[in-house]
Amino acid sequence: MSGVAPTTPPELLGSRQSRLLGRLRPGGVAIATLSTIVVFGVIGYVIVSSPGWPVVQQTFFNAEEFWAAFPKLLPALIKNIQLFLIAEAFILLFALGLAVMRSLPGPAFFPFRLMAVVYIDLFRGVPSILVIFLIGFGVPALRIPGVTNDVFVLGLITLVILWSAYVAEVYRAGIEAIHPSQDAAARSLGLSRAQGLRYVILPQAVRRVIPPLLNDFIGLQKDTALVSFIGVIEVFSRTQIIVGASFNFTAYMSCAVIFLVLTIPMARFVDWLVARDRKRQLATVAR
Amino acid sequence: MATDRSTPSAPALRVENLHKSFDEVEVLRGIDLTVAEHEVVCLIGASGSGKSTLLRCINLLEPVDSGRIWIEGDEITGRGVNVNKVRRRIGIVFQAYNLFPHMSVISNVTLAPRKVLKMSADQADARAMELLTRFGLAEKRDQYPDRLSGGQQQRAAIVRALAMKPDLLLLDEITSALDPELVAEVLDVIRELATEGMTMIIATHEMGFARDVADRVCFLDQGVILEQGPPSVMLSSPSEPRTQRFLQRIISAGRL
Repeated sequence: MSGVAPTTPPELLGSRQSRLLGRLRPGGVAIATLSTIVVFGVIGYVIVSSPGWPVVQQTFFNAEEFWAAFPKLLPALIKNIQLFLIAEAFILLFALGLAVMRSLPGPAFFPFRLMAVVYIDLFRGVPSILVIFLIGFGVPALRIPGVTNDVFVLGLITLVILWSAYVAEVYRAGIEAIHPSQDAAARSLGLSRAQGLRYVILPQAVRRVIPPLLNDFIGLQKDTALVSFIGVIEVFSRTQIIVGASFNFTAYMSCAVIFLVLTIPMARFVDWLVARDRKRQLATVAR
Repeated sequence: MATDRSTPSAPALRVENLHKSFDEVEVLRGIDLTVAEHEVVCLIGASGSGKSTLLRCINLLEPVDSGRIWIEGDEITGRGVNVNKVRRRIGIVFQAYNLFPHMSVISNVTLAPRKVLKMSADQADARAMELLTRFGLAEKRDQYPDRLSGGQQQRAAIVRALAMKPDLLLLDEITSALDPELVAEVLDVIRELATEGMTMIIATHEMGFARDVADRVCFLDQGVILEQGPPSVMLSSPSEPRTQRFLQRIISAGRL
């Protein structure tokens, strides 16, 4: 490539292997294996040889309870999946609106920027569970005619409110990463500010932030468990019901496994996306 | 909009006492410039003399502090002027091309005709292909900018500006980011546009090119046009000592 291009020079990119495995040579594999056995062996020994282990094993790691929990938990998982899929759709739209609002230039738009900043600061700064209680219990208590008392809907709205604040900041980072010369080029052709944003800035910005957006999507998936506290019967509240009846905590482990099965593939997918973008960038620079 | 639009003799561009500061630094300190239709004006001068700022002020990418600008008799610096409409009439090509990296070459060229001039996709494509073919980029229509050489990218950027059929074309050091062997293919395009009568203002460091293509050369120094005249005079025997010193430096750098 000649001339001025908005790409990182190759020396800054370097070549990085999987961070988990590092770059293993034959001798390295032996060392990694040995050190893994030693480290995990010591940790395992300390836990298993502790005085309370027999009781803990019985209450948290009971194989029978573990498998028995799944048939009861999985039907409730539908609620979580509904929650995060519907919420994500609204979050992606609403947060984009917030980010654009926060990026509006000039003094005339100051009140809109202010609103966006206050909103984002507020809902990023307050513990999620607090907002869930406020909306889940507060809104029905107002008894406004026509406003729903459905805890599922209220929980959904709360998740949208909370996560939009995070996602808006991800979008904003993407918008600010686009060089002002792109806006200048769009405006110089006679495109309005809105057209420049829509056709030139946002398509580039969104593409850049897909991995962090997916990261927040993982966070949202986990947070669906929080709406159990306002009475939505989803997978975590179902777990608590099981635990309450059996006085055995193993169902929590089953619940954890269910969430991991949801989130780990997404995490690997994000890694794969990042690696692919990296490769493309290197390929462009190398030409 | 101003009054003398119907006057056939209105110049393509008139700039009167233009001032522009960035923070404390006054970059333009009273620019007066008139460009006739079909005229090609080259702006020369050291880096920081205000060439780029002047071009960016003319198509309103930078708000001016004071002074007035007219395009074909229409004042564009007054209150209530629709800047988007003004910019349709003035094309600009940037030093760093500023192509849209997420769009193919043809989409780069047709975006503004479709969205601003509301042309149909077929119409816009046809006009774009005509221009791309003329400037040797027809087979690059579906390529993305990062697959093109610097010279091809800059020619694509010129085509993108021309697709709006501007009355005036501003060129901001369009060969400065190019490898030396790619400069000629871009300058040839500009030469062709000049012979066709395109009105152009060209900020450039290529003195040989300025001598070939310019009807008039303006020397910018510390935010004012210190001296102007035909290239034969300006590039061989300018009268101002500062212009002479600038040319001397250019000549000793082997650029003339």
